[in-house]
Amino acid sequence: MKTFFLKSIGFCYSLVFIFVTSCKDDKIDFNAQVRPILNKKCISCHGGVKQSGGFGLVFRENALAETINGKIGIVPGHPEKSEMIARIKHKDPEMRMPLEADPLSEDEIALLTKWIEQGAEWQEHWAYLEPQEPEVALDDLDWGVNEIDYFVFNKMEAHDLSPSDQAEAHDLVRRLYLDVTGVPPTTEQVKAFVENPSDKAYEDLVDTLLQSPKYGEHWASMWLDLARYADSKGYEADRPREIWKYRDWVIKAFNEDMPFNRFTIEQLAGDLLPNPTEEQYIATAFHRNTLNNGEGGTDNEEYRISSVIDRVNTTWEVWQSTTMSCVQCHSHPYDPIKHNEYYTSYAFFNNAADWDVPTEHPIYREFDSLSSAQLKDVKKWVAKVASNDEANKWEAFIRIQEPKIRPEDFDETTNTIHYNRSNQDYMEVYNKASIKLKDVSLSNVDRIYVNYRQYTKNKGTLLIKKDSINGTVVGKTILNKSNGFTNVPVAIKTDAKTADLYFQFTSSATDYLCFLDGFLLAEKLPVANDGTSPEIYDKIDALLNAKFKHSTPVMVEKPNDFSRLTQVFDRGNWLVLGDTVQTDIPKLFNVNNRQFKNRLDLAEWLVSEDNYLTGRVIANRFWAKLFGKGIVLTSEDFGTLGERPTHPELLDWLALRFSKDWNWSMKTLIRNIVLSETYKQSSVITEEAKQIDPHNQWLARSSRVRLSAEQIRDQALAVSGLLSDKMYGPSVMPYQPEGVWTVVYSNDTWQTSPDEDAYRRGLYTYLRRSSPYPSFISFDASERESCLSRRINTNTPIQALVTLNDPVYFEAAMHLAQQIEALDGDNKTKVEAAYTKVIGKNISPDKTTILVKLLEDTKAYYQAHKEEAFQLVKTDNLELASLTIMMNVLMNMDEFIVKS
Amino acid sequence: MDLYNEAQKRKLEFTTRRHFLKKCSTGLGGIALTSLMGPQYMFGSNNTVNSLDPASLPHFLPKAKRVIYLHMAGAPSQLELFDYKPALQKLHGLDCPQSLLEGKRFAFIQGVPKMLGPQFNFKKYGQSGTYVSDALPHFSEIVDDVAIVKSMHTDEFNHAPAQLLLQTGSARSGRPSIGAWVTYGLGSENENLPGYMVLVSGGKNPSAGKNAWGSGFLPSEYQGVQCRNSGDPILYVSNPNGMSRDIRKKSLDAINEINRTQYKEFNDDETLSRIAQYEMAFKMQVSVPDVMDVSKEPEYIRDMYGAKQGEASFANNCLLARRLVEQGVRFVQLYHWGWDMHGDSKATSLNEGLKTKCGEVDQPMAALVKDLKQRGLLDDTLVVWGGEFGRTPMRENRGGRIMPYYGRDHHTEAYSIWMAGGGIKGGISYGETDEIGYYGVKDRVHIHDLQATILNQLGINHEKFTYHFQGRDFRLTDVHGRVVKDLLI
Repeated sequence: MKTFFLKSIGFCYSLVFIFVTSCKDDKIDFNAQVRPILNKKCISCHGGVKQSGGFGLVFRENALAETINGKIGIVPGHPEKSEMIARIKHKDPEMRMPLEADPLSEDEIALLTKWIEQGAEWQEHWAYLEPQEPEVALDDLDWGVNEIDYFVFNKMEAHDLSPSDQAEAHDLVRRLYLDVTGVPPTTEQVKAFVENPSDKAYEDLVDTLLQSPKYGEHWASMWLDLARYADSKGYEADRPREIWKYRDWVIKAFNEDMPFNRFTIEQLAGDLLPNPTEEQYIATAFHRNTLNNGEGGTDNEEYRISSVIDRVNTTWEVWQSTTMSCVQCHSHPYDPIKHNEYYTSYAFFNNAADWDVPTEHPIYREFDSLSSAQLKDVKKWVAKVASNDEANKWEAFIRIQEPKIRPEDFDETTNTIHYNRSNQDYMEVYNKASIKLKDVSLSNVDRIYVNYRQYTKNKGTLLIKKDSINGTVVGKTILNKSNGFTNVPVAIKTDAKTADLYFQFTSSATDYLCFLDGFLLAEKLPVANDGTSPEIYDKIDALLNAKFKHSTPVMVEKPNDFSRLTQVFDRGNWLVLGDTVQTDIPKLFNVNNRQFKNRLDLAEWLVSEDNYLTGRVIANRFWAKLFGKGIVLTSEDFGTLGERPTHPELLDWLALRFSKDWNWSMKTLIRNIVLSETYKQSSVITEEAKQIDPHNQWLARSSRVRLSAEQIRDQALAVSGLLSDKMYGPSVMPYQPEGVWTVVYSNDTWQTSPDEDAYRRGLYTYLRRSSPYPSFISFDASERESCLSRRINTNTPIQALVTLNDPVYFEAAMHLAQQIEALDGDNKTKVEAAYTKVIGKNISPDKTTILVKLLEDTKAYYQAHKEEAFQLVKTDNLELASLTIMMNVLMNMDEFIVKS
Repeated sequence: MDLYNEAQKRKLEFTTRRHFLKKCSTGLGGIALTSLMGPQYMFGSNNTVNSLDPASLPHFLPKAKRVIYLHMAGAPSQLELFDYKPALQKLHGLDCPQSLLEGKRFAFIQGVPKMLGPQFNFKKYGQSGTYVSDALPHFSEIVDDVAIVKSMHTDEFNHAPAQLLLQTGSARSGRPSIGAWVTYGLGSENENLPGYMVLVSGGKNPSAGKNAWGSGFLPSEYQGVQCRNSGDPILYVSNPNGMSRDIRKKSLDAINEINRTQYKEFNDDETLSRIAQYEMAFKMQVSVPDVMDVSKEPEYIRDMYGAKQGEASFANNCLLARRLVEQGVRFVQLYHWGWDMHGDSKATSLNEGLKTKCGEVDQPMAALVKDLKQRGLLDDTLVVWGGEFGRTPMRENRGGRIMPYYGRDHHTEAYSIWMAGGGIKGGISYGETDEIGYYGVKDRVHIHDLQATILNQLGINHEKFTYHFQGRDFRLTDVHGRVVKDLLI
């Protein structure tokens, strides 16, 4: 580099560029000065994929290489030999770059020329560089209380802005409740805060709210958008999926303030931890939220692959805000990631045992009390004769039924048909059929469970032989008519460590047929001093066929002997396979040459010091949720085409504190942000600030942000006193109009939940992907088809119709009206009380006038139209009718729907 | 607007300008241009979208202002309706040659199926002498106004993915539907109605569910608004019982007055926008039930379609589609479910089920074209009719067994659709299939080509119409699609 630099200085003197000589010592900053020009003017034709004329600007080696016409685009140190410079300065519009667009400005040309002179050094995009500890001069802080304020204030000053006053106490407390717990404070809670004389009143409130169980419910919503959590499988029939235990896991993790590194590892690789707990298995359902196509005639391999692809894309988006999906078909057009690197990431997820079948196997089963007692006996016995770890292993085996060898793993078969379509994805086994499994590790296997279904009474004999179809019989069983798919045990007797196994099916019935879903390999039970207990085998056999109460799809790896090969998909086409690849991360990110063998390694890397992105990406997500937009606006993309951070030093500071000093505590992160003066500012927009900073990038005020779909409903129920506090459990179905669910090939119906279940928080509402709860979708909630980093808030008449007329909102209005009606006093008193109940502060005189008039007018109207009042509130109470109308108005005010 | 978007916009403005300067020789006056090019954001909302500013649309002079898309969910058989194959009749009952099966993936066919001859008779109609099946007597009257495309092909052989590919350009869910793209780009011509409306008949939603009219990554205001067959035509458009329009007016006035006070206090423009949205909601409460009321039509028009008040029929929906486009709705999407004739029951047989379905759509779809034409609306309204894929020339043999009735499996290689109006040539057939209708052999048209052509008629260059999401520019046509120029007037 130094030689380049010296050379380029030499050039400055030899060439007669007036603009260069004047500033020859200034080193051009690639990221700040050059990259924006390349991104804006060049990269759409000269990127990582489209390299017009053989010239691409994503990788330096491409830019310095010979182009199609034999010229070289960039010759470091030699602008006069660089074709790029010649072309951007060309006189002929047919030759001048960029083609069919405005030419580069004189300044831009000068800058690029100088940059090439200085050696055309590339610099990694900011997001791929290690976060730097920024300097903070807290001592001479002109405004604010902490580092956050220091960074924000500097940027305000730089943009001729000054901070706003602190928000009025009533507004601030409502904002804080909504941000931390998702629901507004009660009138009493507002009063308690406003009247608390303590200096620490605000800080204490922050700590109290972070301890509220509602905190976890609120923040889980953000994570569930990323996790694409839903209660159905998607696609055609969109059948129900039981996976709510994962949702509950997320809520609990937030409430317990599970450190983000553990939060990451358990969701991505909980199953690969030593001796995973039930919770750790449930956490892995994060990646079982992928769609499952149950349409008849669908190719299950195609949709398994589709899920694996979604897991790759989602993982990179959630933790790295990296658009890996771009690399599925070709190298990244803008970021330095190569095509085959997509498939090294793919390899992490390709070995999960799940398969696009309606059963969603593997699932974690929760048994009824009888079976649970049996399971307890098994565990107790194993723990006694062996160890707790061994007992946990057996529990997992019984609950998950893995490792299972499925038809896709069979080596050679005769007299069988395997047709991997939708719900017919098992092997049809006919008389004299045989199946070969290659190189099965047997050293620790003593039983194989055959998972099969047989409709007829014909008896089938299954012999398991070793080494060849005529080899030694190592196991034998009779297959009878079965009640659905059943596991039958076959004891395996052999000393061999590994062997090829042959499964031979014969029957006296020539038309014998059974359906085989696979073989479950069971390890040897530990041996007690008095020999193995036969009842334990019986109990295990029974448990493997037991009915279960609940289940959750989980991630489990396929056994080593049967792991899947990962090959590159040529141009993203899964039917055209290329080179075989191993698990790895793109070179760009692997700063310490770590070795990766499985998902656990990937998860550990994501939250290690070798990762420069996770801290920033996650801190940015929390910031975005609190401020309405991130420090990096594009929370989903930190790459070249994403927005640059408005406050890069603040982002690094937050990332470093979060990942180091605060030990990944999400509560501490939120606490520090909401304690800043930046957060506490008023959201009143001055005319000046509106001119200078219409979108509030520089945070000289607090942003007014419309509440989320869930919050809008929760808030209406909360202020009217209808909201249920009940947590967890299966999703609920609050009232929705008839006929919203008319899904093809499905008789599932929306059954309105009874009692308080109809008034639970929004995140417990049953989410069917093809037909989500209508008002949530109107308010921009995710349909949870794929990972969503950022909801785009819209403002539409359809939304107005929801909060005006949706029976939920109207019921809330009436419920509140009943409470106000019970109060003594005149219209004015009632208006004041109602407003305070809804917004938490005192009403202004002009709003009072408007509402008192409304109340008088409606009363007069209903006096003349008593039958309408009766229809409205189902009693002849005219005052209740007019109060209900007023409450409906209050619950549609801008200030109610927006967080100020 | 960030640098990249700005670059995109500049580039677009440049090409649009250049296009007009260099290539538009239509000699249109500036005033007409402004009125055609002036986009109206759907619902007049002013939200920050992170992509190309749609203000630069259309890219060129459009032929069509609006689209009515009649999607026959389940995929009708082209071999019984439009693509006449006498040679297939001769092969009826014979084993399918291996050459047609090797390397092919089917949804249900296993082993060696039999060939299946056309189940309906065909005759020539109109001045164009277009072959049409006996099952579509009314359609045979409009053949001179439509272009039949016989060489359609797709990538997907299952309903939900194929419908998504057709409606969103991608077989996986999460992308915006074509109607969402169009309203995002061009807005609505009526501020009292949504720009993109969806009507469903046949008893079920299409397999792809509401994703088929979703807004994907576009803001949710661009999703199709489904008009319901019973209850509120649009959810929550009616006031609660006992709340008269008078009272609603009083309460809305109060809401808006309070919001104006709020605006004075906080100075947030989004509050002004909310006031406008509430005013529009109030107007919609009248305009939506009004436009959705078929009894407002004279009897002879209802008879022409076969529409009957209160029915959730395709006939009613066709009539409603005309009423909606008349009111300036940009994109009307109809789905009629139940075309999936596998032959596993009478209702899914070619001889019975398909006939019933044809009876449900034939008169209304022909009436729609005629009615648009007599009102002068056909010239700038594009009507598209078709399914998500075609059917095999082989008889379905699910599980390798003989099925109780005649049916055909899903087929991606060749099928037929028709288009009318909106600058599409009438009385032509485009593309050809082989003798048995298995492959398109001439002028094949892919789903992405169809999408490119529809956008083209609306004045949109499908390659330039992008939205930046998750780090890349997305298009309806992905990286494919070509405008089928031969179909255009």
